[in-house]
Amino acid sequence: MRRYLVRRLAAFVATLFFVSVLVFVVVRVLPGDPALLIMGTEGSPEAAARLREAMGLNRAIPVQYADWLWRALRGDLGVSIQYDVPVARLIVSRLPVTLPLTLLAACLMSVTALPLGLYAATRHRRAGDYVAMVFSQIGIAIPSFWAGLLLILLFSVRLGWVQSGGFEGWSGGLWPGIRSLLLPAIALGLFQAAVLVRATRSAVLDVLREEYVRTARAKGVSEALVLGKHTLRNALVPIVTVAGIQLGQLMAGSIILESVFALPGLGRLALGAITARDLPVVQGVTLFVAACIVLINFAVDIAYVILDPRIRYD
Amino acid sequence: MRRRPLRHLTFALGAAITTLLVVTAALSLVYTPSDPLAMAIAWRFQGPSAAHPFGTDQYGRDVLSRIMRGAVTSIAVGVIAVGLGAAAGIFIGVLSGYTGGWLDEALMRLIDAVQGFPAILSALLFSAVFAPGVAVSMVAIGIAFAPAFARLTRASFLELREREFVVAARALGAGDRRLIARHILPNTLPPLVIQATTSFPVAILAEAALAYLGLGTQPPNPSWGLMLKEAQNFLSLHPLFAVFPGGAIALTVLGLNLLGDGLRDLLDPKTA
Repeated sequence: MRRYLVRRLAAFVATLFFVSVLVFVVVRVLPGDPALLIMGTEGSPEAAARLREAMGLNRAIPVQYADWLWRALRGDLGVSIQYDVPVARLIVSRLPVTLPLTLLAACLMSVTALPLGLYAATRHRRAGDYVAMVFSQIGIAIPSFWAGLLLILLFSVRLGWVQSGGFEGWSGGLWPGIRSLLLPAIALGLFQAAVLVRATRSAVLDVLREEYVRTARAKGVSEALVLGKHTLRNALVPIVTVAGIQLGQLMAGSIILESVFALPGLGRLALGAITARDLPVVQGVTLFVAACIVLINFAVDIAYVILDPRIRYD
Repeated sequence: MRRRPLRHLTFALGAAITTLLVVTAALSLVYTPSDPLAMAIAWRFQGPSAAHPFGTDQYGRDVLSRIMRGAVTSIAVGVIAVGLGAAAGIFIGVLSGYTGGWLDEALMRLIDAVQGFPAILSALLFSAVFAPGVAVSMVAIGIAFAPAFARLTRASFLELREREFVVAARALGAGDRRLIARHILPNTLPPLVIQATTSFPVAILAEAALAYLGLGTQPPNPSWGLMLKEAQNFLSLHPLFAVFPGGAIALTVLGLNLLGDGLRDLLDPKTA
């Protein structure tokens, strides 16, 4: 077990290394000259040369990479061209929107998907199962940003219950903040839930076919205990795998929903930076979000060991 | 065993919707009710009528025509993105599964890293470095698919390279290239085909999302995602404008998913 953890940790570090290489290659190597990219067509050759000097673009590529990585590891992601403040500080300032939105969506997703998937599995090939699966198919087909638009249409335009967007911040307490994240989280979470419902259903169905479930039922264990103890616990490994992938998807999805609901999060930061040719900000946000997703996948790997001691790792 | 009453219904419904999509896209290349790009400001924001069944947009363009032509965009981006992802993924998977050793280990970590870049993230990065556009969305979506194809190919190769028929072919003097292309790769195809089928609707959703964010298809070209972005500005006055393109996306993805599920049920009754 300890050997497994050490190996997973080494793989995690190697994966993060590749993430940084990928971002570096796309931003610094592919375009040829990032200095011209940042300045656009307005800059004079002298100004471009000065910028190249300042960015250290005259040095060998591996040296540039090592230098960039060393700074990034210490939390220095460069300075935003548009705002003239450190990129890391910009990212941190946007987290109070993106993280709660992702987590709220993840909660809504789990709270809906797990019971519905379990229910569908227990009603296998009967009406309840079919109804749940039809809902799931529809949910998968509806793009989250369209769901967001429809929610705005219903709750803000027609009913006038909530604002159509904007973020009220956390300074006024928990509720105003959550209220402005609720619709986007529903649009994001409920529709990702559709995928998790299917995963939960098939994982539970697989376990229900096991001998030990039949044994438990045969010896008279109550159905609630069979489902809650024997089945759900053993079905958790595949469910957690899918939920982990979903959590990464939710983080990426929050970038879209921030746009729909005009929320000042990481996604809007990056989108605004594209129009402003603010390359360091886009680079920083991409690196940060990709690293978060890799971290989530690593956490899922670790969760296997905790959830299922039967699996032997060497 | 009891037959599933919905098995053939799923397949038939999926096939019907998919046929509708393909026919619409093909038809739109030779005929649309109006020119999807022709503006007529005097006729902007018309409600549904005989001349414009889905109404007109903020420039007076016919929404039905734009939705029809948008199907071409969706299919084109979907096919190319899945193709790119499959090509890159299969290449890495072959290299990884056939050679093994440290190269396998390194390539798998690379694949883990690529998994950290959902289509939206790559599209953000590429749009900043190059320029937003339909090529960016194809490549970004393709990259997001590559890990799944790579893992499937690698897993099949690991299993197949030790099998008797491969060992026999090698003993008869077949080189690496012949072993891979003639003996192993054809046997890895079924799971890869299923993966491609299930990836296609995901690609269509991603294309719409990227176009909505302004990172994919650019105006004035018709894309369902782009139409929703435009519709959002007039949501309170012209809500129908936001309903039709979204409905087109949802119906398309539903049809393709049903078709995929139905195909899997029919081809592989064990898992049904």
